[in-house]
Amino acid sequence: MITRRSALMAAVATSALVAGPALAEDPIKIGNVMPYSGPASAYGTIGKTINAYIEMTNAKGGVNGRQIEFISYDDGYSPPKMVEQVRRLVEQDEVTALFQTLGTPTNTAIHKYINAKRVPHLFLATGAAKWDDPENFPMTMGWQPSYVVEAKIYAKYIMDNMPDAKVAMLYQNDDFGKDYYNGFKEGLGDKVDMLVAEAPYEVAAPTVDSEVINLKASGADVFIIIATPKFAAQAIKKSAEIGWEAQRFLTNVSLSVGGVLKPAGFEASKGIISAGYLMEEGDAQFADSPELLEWREFMAEWYPEGDVTSSFTVFGYSVGATIVHTLEMAGDDLSREGILAAAASLKDYDAPLLLPGILINTAEDDFAPIEAMQLQKFDGESWKRFGEVITVD
Amino acid sequence: MATSEENMTGGPAIPRAAAASAKKSGSSLGTIVLAVLVIGAVILPFASKNFFIFQMTQVMVYAIAILGLNLLTGINGQFSLGHGAFYAVGAYTAAILMEMQGVPYGWTIPIAGVLCFVAGFLFGLPALRLEGVYLALATFALAVATPQLLKLSPFEHWTGGVQGIVIIKPDAPFGLDAVLNPDQWLYFFTLVIGLFLYWLARNIVGSRTGRALMAIRDNPIAARSMGVNTAVYKATAFGISAMFTGVAGCLGAIVIQFVAPDSFTFALSVALLVGLVIGGVGWLPGALLGALFIVFIPNVAEDISKGLAGAFYGFFLIAVIYLAPQGAGGLIRSGLARVKRML
Amino acid sequence: MDLFIQQVVSGFATGGIYACMALSVVMIYQAIHHLNFAQGEMAMFSTYIAWQLLAWGLPYWAVFPLVIAISFVGGFAVERIVFKPIENAPVLSHIVIFIALFAIFNSFAGFIWDFTIKAVPSPFGDGPLYPGAPIGTHQAGMIGVTMVVLVMLWAFFRFTRMGLAMRAAAANPDSARLVGVKVSMMTALGWGMASAIGAVAGVLIAPVVFLEPNMMLSILLYGFAGAVLGGLTSPAGAVLGGFLVGIIENLAGTYIPVIGGELKLPIALFLIVAVLLIKPAGLLGRRTVQRV
Repeated sequence: MITRRSALMAAVATSALVAGPALAEDPIKIGNVMPYSGPASAYGTIGKTINAYIEMTNAKGGVNGRQIEFISYDDGYSPPKMVEQVRRLVEQDEVTALFQTLGTPTNTAIHKYINAKRVPHLFLATGAAKWDDPENFPMTMGWQPSYVVEAKIYAKYIMDNMPDAKVAMLYQNDDFGKDYYNGFKEGLGDKVDMLVAEAPYEVAAPTVDSEVINLKASGADVFIIIATPKFAAQAIKKSAEIGWEAQRFLTNVSLSVGGVLKPAGFEASKGIISAGYLMEEGDAQFADSPELLEWREFMAEWYPEGDVTSSFTVFGYSVGATIVHTLEMAGDDLSREGILAAAASLKDYDAPLLLPGILINTAEDDFAPIEAMQLQKFDGESWKRFGEVITVD
Repeated sequence: MATSEENMTGGPAIPRAAAASAKKSGSSLGTIVLAVLVIGAVILPFASKNFFIFQMTQVMVYAIAILGLNLLTGINGQFSLGHGAFYAVGAYTAAILMEMQGVPYGWTIPIAGVLCFVAGFLFGLPALRLEGVYLALATFALAVATPQLLKLSPFEHWTGGVQGIVIIKPDAPFGLDAVLNPDQWLYFFTLVIGLFLYWLARNIVGSRTGRALMAIRDNPIAARSMGVNTAVYKATAFGISAMFTGVAGCLGAIVIQFVAPDSFTFALSVALLVGLVIGGVGWLPGALLGALFIVFIPNVAEDISKGLAGAFYGFFLIAVIYLAPQGAGGLIRSGLARVKRML
Repeated sequence: MDLFIQQVVSGFATGGIYACMALSVVMIYQAIHHLNFAQGEMAMFSTYIAWQLLAWGLPYWAVFPLVIAISFVGGFAVERIVFKPIENAPVLSHIVIFIALFAIFNSFAGFIWDFTIKAVPSPFGDGPLYPGAPIGTHQAGMIGVTMVVLVMLWAFFRFTRMGLAMRAAAANPDSARLVGVKVSMMTALGWGMASAIGAVAGVLIAPVVFLEPNMMLSILLYGFAGAVLGGLTSPAGAVLGGFLVGIIENLAGTYIPVIGGELKLPIALFLIVAVLLIKPAGLLGRRTVQRV
């Protein structure tokens, strides 16, 4: 490990001497890779939303008088393809920064390369905790709250409010699910016995019915669902159908009302608790919020074929605004160093569609932009937030 | 069922006599083409950007993998939808040996080759009882199961579980690093191994073993009655094929510098099969054309339309099969036959 | 014991999904003696058409036959347009065309209807079959429909001239041609029928697993597995195979420690391959004699 790290540092040091590509008055090139095809193609919506946001920004005059060129490629969620596409972006298209590259395994594949090349690797679309490591990977920065943080919020809530609970957990057997699983156990600490049953499922599985039945048989009275939208909807529907009266918790990834709870059935979804950081279309509390109104106008004008009930369009808009804000903060210094410095010094930035009270803060030793969430309960029609905004470090 | 299964995979494969005499008849032209290709391949890394060198290295890696599949399908008549599994075994062998055991990358290649031969042989033993659609299902199942096996928690200690393993990119050895950057070095490294494996594949085809394999393909029952031990030969064919593909996986891991279960999904096996058919079943050089197709055509499709990239890729596939129903190999064969007739 | 029964019943319900798809696999196998890797995507596409018609306000029982008809014509057209010109190409080239069709249908579905999951209504209601049952009324209804399709398919192959001609055309095209069977037309009709059965499967499966472009990815594999396990030449075998796969999978996931949950699919597939080694034609399939 030591040799590896020093090798990396040496690589970083040598390539630092190489100057970045010419950064004159041409457009600012921002590179991105998303799974537009393949089994994870649902996430492609984020890329399309960002593209629309950048188009809107350019139509309004760009950033500091310069246009933004958003170059987004498809990797089909395959790490080798991600490496190829990122090398294309860096070596052929000569982008100034990478932004919102999606997926944990895919970003891990380019983590070292991109840091050795000294290209800012900003606001990744993954909730793994490892992106907040400025000491070893000074180019890479996440955006959303990490999965581990969210899992710890649930663990704390359960220990505080239902100390005698028996917890069962359904999780996707990949980096996303494992992060929650480990984070939740960490959060329980010496009360780890509260977790009485766990069931991993494969993304390739047709249904999770069998797992839900097994978890119910454990006698648990708390059911945590760490699943991507399709499986989350199945688990919600099935648990209601078999009459399992457990308090259910649902990962933030699947809290979309239109994309998960509505298909699963509002009645079946009643009482679910989740933690959020973004607003949601169809949420009664924000029906007249100016931020959501603005977002709806954006969707109607710039991304009319997009789905307003999908949480990915909200996500894409908010993170798109964050990169544009970062470029604005960089001012005239739109070099790689300038953009990175701006990204690492965001102060109380209230990105659009963030829940009230949640702000983006970064520093040279803090590469985790959003670190706060708020618990919310589904009342059968929309989410009702409760309690304080919770910040976890 | 027998009637339809016979041409299941055989199709345009190398005729026995032709393969045996391939060295004589096509040798002069073949040698010239090969020489031109090799010279071009040597010049290329000094005339292009690192990114293109990297892409061409990937092409060679996939070409080796397809070559392995070609040996199985074209020469033995068996067919596999699951060769991504052997590619994965090779890749993980490289990653685990290099990053956990500190084995130099050069040594991981023969080790991966041997391991994959054994894995392929063992898989081939039961698989040889299955034919046609049944073999298709068994290998399809292998491909789908691969990522799940790779992240199995009891082995997480070695495989890195869902997180995978990051590999350090090797520099050129023997002071060559002054002349060659790592991308150029890996390119030549892959080129040399690729040429060696191509030579090996040619020799296997022409050898006694190769002839026995083709006899089994053309008429299994007759071969059996002539005393060819079909079981051992078929399993050996699977082993050899897996060995080639495994070496490709090993090289692929070193080039990409990362292995994870998500790298070896069913899509990889499908891509290899597509490369095989596009290049031409039973025509060994076709592997290179097939590899070019699977590396570059998805990018072309994506340039045309982001939303419909998959559809355009599909249209390209159909177009190629229409133009060359037996792949590039078939096209070249019929072209050559026409030229000969005219002469 | 309670858990055991629950898992068996639930496996039976999930197995109904596989059985449904397996019937479609058997149908295409009878027509072309092959597995069609685009079968699942075609079924998914049919399901989207059904969803769209429902969203436009058509009543369910009008949509159901309409989608079956559209799918029949669609499957027939795919064979005529895509496969007719390369009738004589080797089988591996056909497999590549299946892969191409897979990509095309998947890509168009995502492009037209987006990737957000969609709920498809069930004609059988969505409550449990009885309070606390591991099987819903919809799944019970689905199994019933599967049985109806099974009987129809069996009767078609057993009693109709066309069924016999279709089997002959696929099993031995040359001889069939000699006795006056229009082989090429039989193939196209087989495609149409397989596509129609696939549509029934898709419309019945979607309420359980939710509709999205990748819905059929793994279900097709289970359908193959069920069909192969039961015997590709036997519709009844395919349905039996589908149910068995569902039950085996659930029991493996529940009772095999450590790796059971993570590997229930590979374990189920491994068992199937093991069965095939002993009974290569599947449980109810007819053993074909090989001619030398």
